[in-house]
Amino acid sequence: MARADAVAEPIEPLFLARSMTQAVVSTVELLVLLLPAAALLAAYMARVFRGERTFLSRGLRPVEKLIHRLCRIDENGEMSAKTYALCVVAFTGAGCFALFLIQVFQGVLPLNPGGLRGVRWDTAINTAISFSTNTNWQAYAGGTTMSVLTQMLGLAVQNFLSAAVGMAVAIAMVRGFTRRESSTIGSFWVDLVRSVVYILLPLALLLSVILVSQGVVQTLRAPVEARTLEGATQVIPVGPVASQEAIKELGTNGGGYYNANSAHPFENPTGLSNFLENFALLLVPTALVLAFGLMVGNRRQGRALLAAMFVLFALGLGLSFWAELSGSPRLSEAGVSGGANLEGKEMRIGVPATALWSQSTTATSTGAVNSAHDSALPLSGLAQLFNMGIGEVIFGGVGVGLVGMLFYVVLAMFIAGLMIGRTPEFLGKKLGAREMVMAVVGILLPPVALLVGAATALVVPAGTAALGNPSARGLTEILYAYTSAAANNGSAMGGLSANTPFYNLTLGLAMLVGRFATLLPGLAIGAGVARKKTVPSSIATFPTTGALFVIVVIGVVLLVGALTYFPAFSLGPILEHLLLRAGGAA
Amino acid sequence: MTQRSQASTQRRPTFDRVLLMRAAWGSLGKLDPRKLVRNPVMLITECGAVLTSVLTVVGAAQGKAVSLGLQVSLWLWFTVLFAGSAEALAEAQGAARAESLRRSRRDLAARRRLADGHIETVSADALRKGDIILVADGETIPGDGEIVAGTALVDESAITGESAPVVREAGGDRSGVTGGSRVLSGQLTVRITADPGETFLDHMIAMVEGARRQMTPNEVALQILLVGLTVLFLVVVLCIPAMAHYMGVATTVPVLVSLLVCLMPTTIGGLLPAIGIAGMDRLVQRNVIALSGRAVEAAGDVDTVVLDKTGTITLGNRMATELLPAPGVTREELVDAALLSSLPDETPEGRSIVLLCKSELGIRGRDIRAPEQAVFIPFSATTRMSGVDVGSRRVRKGAIDAMEDLVRGLGGYFPEAVKAVVESVARNGDTPMVVADNARVLGVVRLKDVLKQGIKTRLAELRKMGIRSVMITGDNPLTAASIAAEAGLDDFIAEAKPDAKLGLIRKYQGDGHLVAMIGDGTNDAPALAQADVAVAMNAGTQAAREAANMIDLDSNPTKLLDIVEVGKEILITRGALTTFSVANDMAKYFAIVPAIFAAAYPELGVLNIMRLTTPESAVLAAVVFNALIIPALIPLALRGVHFRARSASAVLRWNLLVYGAGGLLLPFLGIKLLDMLLAALHLV
Repeated sequence: MARADAVAEPIEPLFLARSMTQAVVSTVELLVLLLPAAALLAAYMARVFRGERTFLSRGLRPVEKLIHRLCRIDENGEMSAKTYALCVVAFTGAGCFALFLIQVFQGVLPLNPGGLRGVRWDTAINTAISFSTNTNWQAYAGGTTMSVLTQMLGLAVQNFLSAAVGMAVAIAMVRGFTRRESSTIGSFWVDLVRSVVYILLPLALLLSVILVSQGVVQTLRAPVEARTLEGATQVIPVGPVASQEAIKELGTNGGGYYNANSAHPFENPTGLSNFLENFALLLVPTALVLAFGLMVGNRRQGRALLAAMFVLFALGLGLSFWAELSGSPRLSEAGVSGGANLEGKEMRIGVPATALWSQSTTATSTGAVNSAHDSALPLSGLAQLFNMGIGEVIFGGVGVGLVGMLFYVVLAMFIAGLMIGRTPEFLGKKLGAREMVMAVVGILLPPVALLVGAATALVVPAGTAALGNPSARGLTEILYAYTSAAANNGSAMGGLSANTPFYNLTLGLAMLVGRFATLLPGLAIGAGVARKKTVPSSIATFPTTGALFVIVVIGVVLLVGALTYFPAFSLGPILEHLLLRAGGAA
Repeated sequence: MTQRSQASTQRRPTFDRVLLMRAAWGSLGKLDPRKLVRNPVMLITECGAVLTSVLTVVGAAQGKAVSLGLQVSLWLWFTVLFAGSAEALAEAQGAARAESLRRSRRDLAARRRLADGHIETVSADALRKGDIILVADGETIPGDGEIVAGTALVDESAITGESAPVVREAGGDRSGVTGGSRVLSGQLTVRITADPGETFLDHMIAMVEGARRQMTPNEVALQILLVGLTVLFLVVVLCIPAMAHYMGVATTVPVLVSLLVCLMPTTIGGLLPAIGIAGMDRLVQRNVIALSGRAVEAAGDVDTVVLDKTGTITLGNRMATELLPAPGVTREELVDAALLSSLPDETPEGRSIVLLCKSELGIRGRDIRAPEQAVFIPFSATTRMSGVDVGSRRVRKGAIDAMEDLVRGLGGYFPEAVKAVVESVARNGDTPMVVADNARVLGVVRLKDVLKQGIKTRLAELRKMGIRSVMITGDNPLTAASIAAEAGLDDFIAEAKPDAKLGLIRKYQGDGHLVAMIGDGTNDAPALAQADVAVAMNAGTQAAREAANMIDLDSNPTKLLDIVEVGKEILITRGALTTFSVANDMAKYFAIVPAIFAAAYPELGVLNIMRLTTPESAVLAAVVFNALIIPALIPLALRGVHFRARSASAVLRWNLLVYGAGGLLLPFLGIKLLDMLLAALHLV
């Protein structure tokens, strides 16, 4: 840890080494529990989506049948990709519109113990898009803007449905790889119902109960009034927090009941609750990758993809650990702390667990936070921006993470295929122009949208007026907002007063682009490969389960990310880091 | 066959002066934006060049310092020119070959037979499909056709580069003739099968000239990726002024255009058309005419090849390889009788027996003649034996059952031991031939199907590429199995009926395999039409040639390997140069981004890891590197990245190392050197 400048006090190497060890141990703990759990869940999911019997079928099958009967869903129905896509768009659109109406009229609707008024139009639009696209960007302060009805009937419902839509699309895409010369890829409604009934609801129920045991609030009562030590009156909103908390993590949603999100003691009171929530936000995306392997009949394929994700995860996490544990020269200089960067972190959670959480929440599309990301050091911010900027393919959002990673796989296999002298193929499916268009759109359109958005915000007064910090930090904050939106992450760096019509609308647009530029190309690739023959593999086929495949995929992800963001990151987090080290104005 | 085809492969040097001149001229024509629409990367580069040029002129008029702008503009124009010259050079190579082909059929006259039997003399251009023409000794065949009558010795060297003349005759599988070839001796009546402009020569000329070149599916997919990357970099670069403005940094258009052009995949974008054209030209050099680029690339994907036994794997004739005397018979007796019975026998089997006997006797070259009074009894389907009568002595050789009847009929005895030998020879897949002198059985001659020279190594190479070979033969399963084992085939179909080929290909395709088929006979046509890659022998029938998507002018069945290789090389070259092009971008970022921002934020100077002299020299060095790398890689694009038969992982690992890692590192070195050079020359 040689530090070039004499201004900052040198950190004791022993402290850093100890903290690093502690950080690695906590990470390993999480992974050791995560992997077997994900493997079990993957086996269960594969059975569910193949329509096979599971240990929960006795209880859940009647529920599924009832929903099918009520909604007139044909269980054996099959859809073309076009119909499937139309259903996805219509369903998301309808959910978005309903959410908008609930927010605007919450003042005259029941279950409004706090007597809150209707939500402002632009905030309502932003929030409606945000929750129906699984982004859960919150331009508002949750507890004091949204009524209990909005939170439960609007937001919590969308937490389930938007996650289920993502899962359904991923399954449909994967199904495409398993089919031969088929014009259909399954039924959206059947996949949607299965995702909710068999996977999200049971998991959420289980997690809520555990969270309640840890002290997370779950009530329908009016806000609690408390008298503070100074004698002032404090209104503390309460509500059905635990249930929303559970699906917030499991569905990689991230929209908290409170503005402080998982840093709030009512959402995340203990070390165990923090661990469980972190575990929960990684669980479903990880399991989906393994389920993909099981569904295509090649368990090792899922593992190879997961291995690529883990390496990418470890790279960012390592950078973040190092930055946070080395601490900020500014704080050391002020004599506040000589060690790790504790600014903006909850003492009950600590630095390693916070860094691990931040990495997890930006790698997946959760966006729930247990610290103020604005207070993280520039290099942590760099890791987080990169995680989101590459389209959240390191585990990623429920379903969409796998879809996004498969885009990179298509790209990687295209290059690799050419370089071994064969028409590119993956899982026995030839990759042609159609797959290429869709992968390119899926990978590049969200970054294009977010760069254009951020650049616009940087030059128009409506954009820069919202900034609390100048220079590189301000640039990073705006970049973070659009990256988070386009990646459907939803975490905010803070420091940006984004609840303005300009930000609400442009960020809303970025969320729509990010969401549909992933879902629709995913379906198109699924449909394209479903229609093709499956080429049997021979020794001339490149094995896609080995280390070389993992390296190629990682390489493509890193290269695309680096080429896209080099200038932006140079002016944002990298410059800020350099300024911080050089002792200039940060 | 193998060696002959290699000898006929004419390798020209990649560059010669005439070609270069022609290419230089052609590249100027490629600046036309209407032609560049097909190549979006270069179109945008040209737009950038126009933009910086205009700004430079305007700036100069206003008396501003325009040194950097001028040099950047110049190098951007060079970038477009270099890319154009790659394509032009590939086309010039093709055109040069086409021209030499055209020379072969200038001013040809044809003797056309009219319906009433009269003969008229017309120009070759007037010939139409269905016309009947006569060709005599010394005349050049005026168009592609099929022989209806006659036999002739034909010199096809103008087409194939092969000097040895070939026999062409009516009927059978050697009835096709190609316009431009010359009849050395004999008289032919030919039915014309192609209208002018559609003959093989025309196809060949069109393919090498690139006129009929359409983008293959792989090329389309790659072009999509390149366009996607271009759009991304366009957005990235357009966003820089916004970010810079917010950060209080001024940016200039030439620098931004430089960055854009450097980031765009200009290397592969510029070389992409040349790779395809050069690939076709390489095929033509190996005497294969592909009727579509799609078929060539499909050849790289083939994983099953269906081969005829006769003429492809074996020489087609059985050869005597061993003499097995009966008990109580001396070797000399058997050799003597076998030799005697075969001396007048002109069949290939007969001649091979003579050869074997001569070598057994240790006589070489000496002329041995049959005794004057000997009467030759030729082989017939009814007797199924042949031999000679010398006085009362009747020496015969033939199939076992026929010989057994003969010996018994003469009151002789057929030894059980000989029967056992016959059975063991047959079990090995060989053909036993029994030799008898009157009623005395002397022994057995082993006749073996002899593999073509080199076929075994070629099949082994195919297997290494992951291509499975399947043999089709009318032989019994025993014989087929033995040949398959000897040649190293993966599978065989024995006792196959003529339509078995079609069924087999369909079956493999149904399982998802890509099948190549090589054929020449009319009964091969349906199978050829069904196969994904169908190679017809040039000597084959018209039906076969029409059903195929590739014609092998040498009529050499193992040519498929060359085709597969060229197909793979085209793809590998594209993939390698794409990887190289994109990997180059990192170094260019490290050169240009600090150059833009380091003046305002000296801290960002740490990104200038190459320690380039000044911001201007950094930008210019990157642009110059980006321009020069195109001509530097033209030879590689035209020659193709060499394909070696190895496992897919090994090939990928190597290419990733060379073109991926190399592409990442090389520009750091190149830009640094150019920067030092530019600074030394005081150009910036």
